[in-house]
Amino acid sequence: MSDHPTSPSKHNPGTAPIPAVTADEAMVKFNRYVRLCAVIFLVVLCTTSAMIVTSYSHVGEGIGEGWTIKVALILAIAVVNAFLVAGYLMHLLSEKRLIYTVLAFTVCFFIGLMGLTLWATNGFPPGTAYH
Amino acid sequence: MEIPYTVELRPDTGIYNAKLGIWLFLASEVMLFGGLFSAYVLLRVGAEPGMWPHGWLDVRLGTINTLLLALSAITTLLAWAACKARQFHKFKIFHACTILLALAFLGIKSYEYHDKWIHYEVALANGKFADGHLIEKSPDFDLVKKTGTVTLHGRIVDDRKDLMDLRSPAARAAKNEELTISAADIKKMENYGPRHNTFTAIYFTLTGLHALHILGGTLVIAFLWGPGSRMWRRDPERFTNRIEVSGLFWHFVDLVWIFLFPVLYLT
Amino acid sequence: MDEYVEQFPPYREPAESVEVEHDHGHHEHATPGFWSSYIFSTDHKVIGIQYGFAALAFMLFGFFLMLLMRWQIAHPGMPVPVLGRLLEKILGAPAAGGAISPDLYNSFGAMHGTIMIFLGVVPLSFAAFGNYVVPLMIGAPDMAFPRVNMASYHAFFLGGVVMLVSFFIPGGAAQAGWTSYSPLATTIPTDGQAFWLVGMVLLITSSLLGAVNFIATIIQLRAPGMTWMRLPFFVWAQFVTAFILLLAFPPLEAAGVLQLMDNVAHTSFFLPTGLAVGGQLADRSGGGSPLLWQHLFWFLGHPEVYVLILPAMGIVCEIIANNTRKPLWGYKSLVYSVLFVGFLSFIVWAHHMYLTGMGQKIATFFQTTTMIISIPSVIILTCMFLSLWGGSIRINTPMLFALGFLPMFGIGGLSGLPLGLAAADLYLHDTYYVIAHFHYVVAPGSIFALFAGVYYWFPKITGRKMNEYWGRVHFWCSFVFMNMVFQPMFFQGIKGMLRRMSDGGVNYSAARVPNAIDTLPGTIMELNTFILWAAVALGIAQIPFIVNLFHSIKHGEKVSDNPWEATTPEWQTPTPPPHGNFEHEPHVHHGPYEYSVPGHATDFTPQNKAADSATPGQEPVPRPHPAH
Repeated sequence: MSDHPTSPSKHNPGTAPIPAVTADEAMVKFNRYVRLCAVIFLVVLCTTSAMIVTSYSHVGEGIGEGWTIKVALILAIAVVNAFLVAGYLMHLLSEKRLIYTVLAFTVCFFIGLMGLTLWATNGFPPGTAYH
Repeated sequence: MEIPYTVELRPDTGIYNAKLGIWLFLASEVMLFGGLFSAYVLLRVGAEPGMWPHGWLDVRLGTINTLLLALSAITTLLAWAACKARQFHKFKIFHACTILLALAFLGIKSYEYHDKWIHYEVALANGKFADGHLIEKSPDFDLVKKTGTVTLHGRIVDDRKDLMDLRSPAARAAKNEELTISAADIKKMENYGPRHNTFTAIYFTLTGLHALHILGGTLVIAFLWGPGSRMWRRDPERFTNRIEVSGLFWHFVDLVWIFLFPVLYLT
Repeated sequence: MDEYVEQFPPYREPAESVEVEHDHGHHEHATPGFWSSYIFSTDHKVIGIQYGFAALAFMLFGFFLMLLMRWQIAHPGMPVPVLGRLLEKILGAPAAGGAISPDLYNSFGAMHGTIMIFLGVVPLSFAAFGNYVVPLMIGAPDMAFPRVNMASYHAFFLGGVVMLVSFFIPGGAAQAGWTSYSPLATTIPTDGQAFWLVGMVLLITSSLLGAVNFIATIIQLRAPGMTWMRLPFFVWAQFVTAFILLLAFPPLEAAGVLQLMDNVAHTSFFLPTGLAVGGQLADRSGGGSPLLWQHLFWFLGHPEVYVLILPAMGIVCEIIANNTRKPLWGYKSLVYSVLFVGFLSFIVWAHHMYLTGMGQKIATFFQTTTMIISIPSVIILTCMFLSLWGGSIRINTPMLFALGFLPMFGIGGLSGLPLGLAAADLYLHDTYYVIAHFHYVVAPGSIFALFAGVYYWFPKITGRKMNEYWGRVHFWCSFVFMNMVFQPMFFQGIKGMLRRMSDGGVNYSAARVPNAIDTLPGTIMELNTFILWAAVALGIAQIPFIVNLFHSIKHGEKVSDNPWEATTPEWQTPTPPPHGNFEHEPHVHHGPYEYSVPGHATDFTPQNKAADSATPGQEPVPRPHPAH
């Protein structure tokens, strides 16, 4: 994402000089960013509305606990939202593999924390847990 | 020897030091909020049926906050893009917007907190419950001495459970009116603060910690907008990297809210 | 390069001028004063030494707490000799008559654990040795974020101050164990618990900042030629440790915030409905879960023990390679094992919670992962043992401690296996067997490795060696007395003596309740006295070390830059290394343990010297280095 020249120094002999850009090219890139942001904001508006509508709707009531499907739907939309922010605004989609790897491990451990804790606190032998 | 790769990209990783640093820090923040979200899930799943509140938070305010934060995430990105395009004045405008949006968010949050702070649940001597927002306490109001009166704008219910789901048809149909209760009739009076029940507890903790992050992020961005922007003249590339790194933190704070909002307000 | 760039002033020229502007806040032209050189320094070496001295001091303090506890265990209710009066004067009612009351015993127990782990071993092994040695070992001029490094030290220091101050507040220090289980931790009538939580938040913050720094440094600042598989094993160990700290600490920070809310804001995150305190229903909303605290705590608590042992293993490996004059056996196995241990350590935590009534399936899951994690640990220990085979073993104080580490960690690790099996743990949980197990891995385990590190790297820091004779006295006395302290605890534990009993088990002894079954027999109770004297002797055995350490700074035998004739890059700098560490960026040419390579002039080739250089002492001829 750097579009400026870097002269090779004795500190990083391996860096090839990145070609400089003209002022116009830089502005073109900037304008593309503005358009991208406008699109993302519109999508965020839509997804937020979708979440609110789902929340007030009567989806899935009567099945099981009554709120599981609704919650799952709302969280799924939230994940889409998060994907947009992380992917585009944090430019994670164009980021290096190193960052991905760190985050992948993090997500794994987070799932482990939540999942195993829930399993442990809900998998009691029958009749042993006080409610 | 000076520290390499503060601005230049290291060839095999393709990033500069601070970017790796902030992503590592964000990974730890994921685990931090992850721990809190796990606590939320456990507390909610373990709650007595019918005793987990719904509809206690104003969805309109939450939605406005969501959009404010989303907009601020966008202005943050555009501020960085402006730096990359060497448009310093545009950077100044965009980050000024970011700061104002953040302050607006905090303002709305404070209003929400205040709303909870003056919302009382009163256990009456006759076994019923009064629930509403405080209008005024009489000057001689004293719970211990049992003197004075308190005026609430709210309603009286027979069972505490009726106070839990504000989205139920019964709750929506209920009328709020001005109630004056004398201290002698009050068994217990408690506001909707953290100690009120586990929902308010986790709500205040989650949003409080999030708000602290917003505050911290706002201070950093304000510093870079103000005195820190002197670096632009000396070393614009390094300054741009600082904007990128602080922007990443800001986007993460927005990400947390993207999950906080539905979890607390909508489910 | 047209008018676009010319509109803006060019940024800092990197290589043209020799007087390069340091970009870590240190201005070369002004001589730094006392405060920026020694207190608010951003130099990793100074910070490493700051951590080192602070950690050693905290460890000594934690040791004294233990001595007081062992006195109480051996002579319950009797005034402490010599120090009893002083205790009473300082602490007042809890130490009435110079004896240690049960509440005071509990606070000593909780703080001994907390201080030794979070203010002693972790700062010494990870922060002190890591900060000083890792940048030197990878050929970097400093850590990636020097100011963050300084902030990390000061957060640690502040956390330590908060912990120590908590002893003097009304009600005393935290008393609910280093594990601070709710609801006890919330209902104890002392603010010490809140102090503990605040201290923990500060310490966790310090560790998180440090972890970010270490990982970024190791990834980004390796010198040219220092590929991943050429890293000294100590760096790998620190790398995995940093990742563990980065990802495992935050849930405990979250839990700490929640428990602080319980203590201060009267929430009920961890307090169940219907909680009664002192016979009365507590005025709390209820609805919380004590198990939630345990899960969040142990999610860190287990990876934490790998934080305690991995840097120590790294140190032992470096010293063994150096003193056998041959490469480590199974470098690749070591690396993959340490990565595997780091990963697995996140999914074994509930083996600390076998007695919380978990279902069979989940208990079996955790038992399985716990058994599996013993495999890479055994691989690492085996590689260390095999590294001795066929080596020209040189005995000096660092090597003695490193060799001592091996069987001690073996005992500690093996004794963990019955604890990892749920069925056996039903009996052994919360007994002295557990105490013996973890002290074996940490005390004659990690701490021996840390002593080894001190003796080993002392010449690089000061230019002088510590006294060899007193070093050996320190080793042999420590070795004998540590075993005398902890070995009997295995027997006490198997016989059923429980942890955290301020009366040393007297209330369960055969003498006190002669007609009950399975009471603690007299022989087991007498061991308490034996352990007390062994602990006192162990304390006395540390005096030569303390005197040696300080005396040798000014009066130790002067040595060259590389007295141990080691290959790793930290020994190829001037002594002590100057600000910026290396005159010119080092280039690494081969692996870290080029000892006794056939056909070479000397029995070691430094990592940053060309392999086929006729006189290894010369600067390398610039040559194209292999791709990263």
